[in-house]
Amino acid sequence: MTEKLVIVGNGMAPGRMLEHLFEAPGRYEITIFNAEPRVNYDRIMLSPVLSGEKTYEEIVIHGDGWYIKNGVTLYKGHKIVAIDRTAKTVTSDHGVTEPYDKLVVATGSVPFIIPVPGHDLPGVLTYRDLDDVNAMLLAAQSRAKAVVIGGGLLGLEAAAGLNARGMDVTVLHVMPTLMERQLDPAAGYLLQRAIEERGIKVVTKANTKAIIGDVKVEGVELADGIVVPATLVVMAVGIRPNSGLAKEAGIAVNRGIVVDAGMRTSDADIYALGECAEVNGHVYGLVAPLYEMARVAAAQLSGDQTAAFVHNDTPTKLKVTGIELFSLGDFADGGDRQEIVLRDASAGIYKRLVLKDDRIIGTVLFGETADGAWFNDLKKREVDISSMRDTLIFGQAYQGGSPLDPTAAVAALPDDAEICGCNGICKGKITGAITGKGLTSLDDVRAHTKASASCGSCTGLVEQLLKLSLGDAYNPAAVQPMCGCTTLGHDDVRRLIKAKGLKTIPAVMQELEWKTSCGCAKCRPALNYYLVCDWPDEYADDYQSRFINERAHANIQKDGTYSVVPRMWGGVTSAKELRAIADVVDKFQIPTVKVTGGQRIDMLGVRKEDLPAVWADLGQAGFVSGHAYAKGLRTVKTCVGSDWCRFGTQDSTGLGIRIEKFMWGSWTPAKVKMAVSGCPRNCAEATCKDVGVVCVDSGYEIHFAGAAGLDIKGTEVLGLVKTEDEALEVIVALVQMYREQARYLERIYKWTKRVGVAEIKRQVLDDVERRRAFFDRFVFSQQFAQVDPWSERVSGKDKHEFRPMATVGFAEAAE
Amino acid sequence: MSVAPDKAARLERGTMNWIAIGSIADIPQRGARCVATPRGKIGVFRTADDRVFAMDDHCPHKGGPLSQGIVHGAAVTCPLHNWVISLETGKALGADEGSVRTIPVRVEGERLFIALEAMASKAA
Repeated sequence: MTEKLVIVGNGMAPGRMLEHLFEAPGRYEITIFNAEPRVNYDRIMLSPVLSGEKTYEEIVIHGDGWYIKNGVTLYKGHKIVAIDRTAKTVTSDHGVTEPYDKLVVATGSVPFIIPVPGHDLPGVLTYRDLDDVNAMLLAAQSRAKAVVIGGGLLGLEAAAGLNARGMDVTVLHVMPTLMERQLDPAAGYLLQRAIEERGIKVVTKANTKAIIGDVKVEGVELADGIVVPATLVVMAVGIRPNSGLAKEAGIAVNRGIVVDAGMRTSDADIYALGECAEVNGHVYGLVAPLYEMARVAAAQLSGDQTAAFVHNDTPTKLKVTGIELFSLGDFADGGDRQEIVLRDASAGIYKRLVLKDDRIIGTVLFGETADGAWFNDLKKREVDISSMRDTLIFGQAYQGGSPLDPTAAVAALPDDAEICGCNGICKGKITGAITGKGLTSLDDVRAHTKASASCGSCTGLVEQLLKLSLGDAYNPAAVQPMCGCTTLGHDDVRRLIKAKGLKTIPAVMQELEWKTSCGCAKCRPALNYYLVCDWPDEYADDYQSRFINERAHANIQKDGTYSVVPRMWGGVTSAKELRAIADVVDKFQIPTVKVTGGQRIDMLGVRKEDLPAVWADLGQAGFVSGHAYAKGLRTVKTCVGSDWCRFGTQDSTGLGIRIEKFMWGSWTPAKVKMAVSGCPRNCAEATCKDVGVVCVDSGYEIHFAGAAGLDIKGTEVLGLVKTEDEALEVIVALVQMYREQARYLERIYKWTKRVGVAEIKRQVLDDVERRRAFFDRFVFSQQFAQVDPWSERVSGKDKHEFRPMATVGFAEAAE
Repeated sequence: MSVAPDKAARLERGTMNWIAIGSIADIPQRGARCVATPRGKIGVFRTADDRVFAMDDHCPHKGGPLSQGIVHGAAVTCPLHNWVISLETGKALGADEGSVRTIPVRVEGERLFIALEAMASKAA
């Protein structure tokens, strides 16, 4: 019989507990109440989100699908307000009452707020969850002054993040040195210097007296009367276990909710874990012990009474890019202790080992932390270091005579040495997975062991282990094969297609010794493109090797419907065209009509069966496919140029339309977006496009290799040409060179980074003969490519694509 | 030619209804079509070596229409997020986990039949 397991809280600890529990699913029917209105995400990665190095989507641990897949009921935005231990129920603030057989309390911690006057003013934030980060990001848009109260781990990460977002940041810390709980004064001083070098002001011994402001924050007043102006104040002075709910329910609470080594509270049916729990007098805030609690709780809930939590010192690392810091254990001075210190002032390095009875009991590393794992291991195993005392501080590489290379250092670690502190993954587990499951890449290791999948600071170590286990077979810098079907990389395949005259996909697979019978979804579209590009007149396009969007000539949406974008040359339209679109939208009851970033109109939610009829009506009005779905020429965005604009220097609209009419229909390795601006004010935003033109009085400045998507990058300038004809020739030659030389799915900016701006300039601008040859080859291929795919399909081509094969069962069901 | 003769034979003796859905020539090689039923669409897949498979047109990940994916070997890659589903077992391949219901298919000459779970008798 399944029992009902209810979990209060949806942070990282209960998330991990469920992962362990699902290793043997079926025992429990699970309900989670999350006070935050979202799924489980990686809280320790909030700092990279704040600094802009990651997005929220990248730090989600369990997406909605995970809960559905595992049959978990998740109440988002429901805060549990009462536990009734007699009736064995919990009740949420929205009035939902849920019975339980076993209850897990994982309410986490709450930030400590210094109760000074003004602490509740708008503009005073804590740093705890994504809502706090979003509020900080909003405040950072002003680029005004911010004060962070607290110079500990969280406070410094918040300060660095706000600084990276352009705010003027001051850190106020009550103690004489930063992070005094993890660092000795010497390292604290170095840290302060490194923080100040980034333009963050640090005030130590700063005693906050009040936060001042009438309706919102205006500044922070210190005990000595100094006022630090600020429009944003972040309080990061510490956390305390959130144990109020348990206390009200009559469960034993000390600093946190008191649990035994099996994570059980004073009520045998109620467990607690995470930052709210207190084990053996300790409460925890770092992820590694919380994950250990999760493992123990899951084992206990699965019936393993022997699982027990054991206290372990956890190393501290600061997640501020460019600052290397490692701290572990006990490093206070004492009569029975010795220390070994290394300082390298010019390199900003400080290392200190604290020894007792010839064993390491504490470590502080600043500026160079690669040996942290080794010191941690020596400490954990209580190794007698007397024989290597003289060289110990120089790290593992200097032991045993000649210096070892870093790989050998990792090789020398024992199997139980911890590699990934966040997830508690030791060396043996990683190497075991690499050999046992045939893993070959960092991503594989992350997927199978979770090592390096949280904060990522052990990535280097994991790569060393891959290298050790796989030998020469692992070389991340080596040529990446196109996919698992071949050992050849994209460049080799392209070269061999031309050299051997291969003109069909089966011929390529046969001659180049493909390992699979008919490829996969990665290599087939690439091969199809290479053949279309290299043999435009001879190769028969293989539609079954095209992604659905290029097969259906529309963009598939998440619900299986499609979106339709007709071409609007240069972004110019007319009353007749708009009327035709309006009529189509009404006739086919298209739910959403949206203006795109490329100056045209998108109709979303079209049923696949309706596509040919939609295209027929659009075609009547003169529309052709906009190829908004294609790895091909998308739009040419324009401004109104000299026709209307009082600043316009050339006819940018006319040139944009001319380019689009010349180049539409061409397939390219990845999408190509262009723009033409009529003057350097650049209203068409040409300087972040794959190819852009900025018109000037003296002619046309041609730009390329911009990006404004996953990456943001301004364009490179290819050169200035005098006439429109010349501009067109250079642009076409550039695109043809890209078509012939780039790898499939490689955007122009990435291709340019690989081959170099100078080389491209040489081939398509300086070498006039070569430019002409590129141009001619493009023109030749266009005669086969410039066929409107929509009108073809209106006339009946690929009918099967748009109709169900059969419709069955409806008549019977209706009876 | 039959995909899973043992399974098909077993089902035939039970309460399965074999329903004609058309000809093998209706599906492109390394391609798929769908069949509309009152309980949602079924994807019917034809491999390069002319084996035919059928399964719910619903990826176990986020419900993507598998019949719109690229067919390679005896697998299909979902068009939404690139999960690879085995046509033979309906299970996700690689590191992903999940499975979709497969539906028995018979090929008699050129004609294709799928077995639906006694839909008509239940509805009647």
